[in-house]
Amino acid sequence: MSDLRELYQELILDHTKKPRNFGELPGANRRAEGYNPLCGDRATVFVRLEGDRVADVRFQGAGCSISTASASMMTESIKGKTRAEVEKLFDRFHRLITCDPTRVAANVAPELGKLAVFSGVCEFPVRVKCASLAWHTLKAALAGEDKPVSTEVSESSSGDGGGQAR
Amino acid sequence: MSLSQTRPAEGAARLDVAARRADFPILAQTVHGKPLVYLDNAASSQKPTSVIEAEREVYEVYYANVHRGVHTLSMRSTDAYEGARVKVQRFLNAASVKEVIFTRGTTESINLVAQAYGRGNVGAGDEVLVSGLEHHSNIVPWQLLCAEKGARLRVATLADDGSVRMDEFDTLLGPRTRLVAVAHVSNALGTVNPVRRMIERAHARGVPVLIDGAQAVPHLAVDVRALDCDFYAFSSHKMYGPSGVGVLYGKKKLLEAMPPWQGGGDMILSVSFEKTTYNELPYRFEAGTPHIAGVIGLGAAVDYLSSVGLARVAGHEHDLLAYGTERLREVPGLRLVGTAPEKAAVLSFVIEGLHPHDIGTVLDYEGVAVRTGHHCAQPVMERYGIPATTRASFALYNTRQEIDALVRGLQKAVETFA
Repeated sequence: MSDLRELYQELILDHTKKPRNFGELPGANRRAEGYNPLCGDRATVFVRLEGDRVADVRFQGAGCSISTASASMMTESIKGKTRAEVEKLFDRFHRLITCDPTRVAANVAPELGKLAVFSGVCEFPVRVKCASLAWHTLKAALAGEDKPVSTEVSESSSGDGGGQAR
Repeated sequence: MSLSQTRPAEGAARLDVAARRADFPILAQTVHGKPLVYLDNAASSQKPTSVIEAEREVYEVYYANVHRGVHTLSMRSTDAYEGARVKVQRFLNAASVKEVIFTRGTTESINLVAQAYGRGNVGAGDEVLVSGLEHHSNIVPWQLLCAEKGARLRVATLADDGSVRMDEFDTLLGPRTRLVAVAHVSNALGTVNPVRRMIERAHARGVPVLIDGAQAVPHLAVDVRALDCDFYAFSSHKMYGPSGVGVLYGKKKLLEAMPPWQGGGDMILSVSFEKTTYNELPYRFEAGTPHIAGVIGLGAAVDYLSSVGLARVAGHEHDLLAYGTERLREVPGLRLVGTAPEKAAVLSFVIEGLHPHDIGTVLDYEGVAVRTGHHCAQPVMERYGIPATTRASFALYNTRQEIDALVRGLQKAVETFA
């Protein structure tokens, strides 16, 4: 079970059971829907942008522990950041969860902060989509895209690919 | 469907599960330090030594292309390949080997019918009738056909227990229905459809019926002549054979009237640039070099299942289903999805407050392999208002002890997330 604890760290379980910034955001001027067709998970991300800065953000949706906690912790970590800062953070986060060889060791990447608890996801390739769903959705919201994003078509070059069986 | 299909036949000897487990070399391993408990058989089953050896023998001893060469190896390959066709014919009790077409799997078999039969027989305003428990592979080919022809896909919906509402089926079976396409056994819920009744009703109106038998052939004896179905599609890989191979059974009269659907080698008698004469059945529908070793492996899987005996398999799996249904009640917050009176080998469920993906990961660490997700049956998930389920599905080599391991793993998952 030691590896399993790596994945399901206390902080992740805490955010699973008590997701932060959960629900619709009144006054949101950006929103996007994300969908993971492999597991049926859906996420809606609401953003209130003020100029170039994320003034407020919330999410809604049904998902697994990893996707719920990831969405919850994402909302906490991007509030107040500029779009460029959010982009950069997502890039770091994505490299963390995909075992990217260029990833900075989690504990020495200060900008990741608490998001470093997702480093265990890297050992569970099929769960990468779970951890990145909210982020892909956020990216679409910030880009002002209307279409729902899917973990199967967006950012396919970022290594979220996978298959399905009957 | 009669009880005999899912319950042990009178006097059927019990299955010797320890001996059967020894037939499957892959089962004797540990995953994350725990004995492997493979309960993902509805996705794909494991292979017995006899199937593995049959494929190995093809490549080591007599492999060559079929239906072509005059040399010894080609003749041996052809004999083995056509021998597999005879085995499948007997397995299904088909009237003729000409009615057995090898495909890549159930999906391709259904697409073949949608294209080669559907395009010639379904027109604007016509209808194709399916049930609410179909796998995507028995939905999408019909949607493609309907979109092309301006036809309509009609759906007989599910009652709460996961059985098809037969009154609705009867009502939807109308003057414009040109084809009925239904699963024999649901992959997501395990429901056994009353296919014999469905076929009778459809035939009373002169409508042919395709049965998606992917989830049925490993679990219950199928007799296509007793069923009187017009088409029967299934895959090798769910019945202990190699993947990438499947079968379309079709009544000769219907197949003979159908145009080819893929052109190429092996499906022709003669080709010139002016005119091509198509080959006879079944070769007309087998363009190109087939999966020779795979088909021969399927033949070995048919032999294996026949030697174990499907009545014995059904009896054993029915016991697992009853035991598993009972034991799952002990897991707090667990709700079975699919509780039809006639079921085969599938326990699909949700646990309050737990996501199937998390359950699947915890179980994996207990050595237990299950499927989590929508099982390529999103309309079924929609019907129950859930995004996904966890599914444990049984094969002839599973044991009660393995169900105990599943229940222990589920209790651990509940402790972790509750």
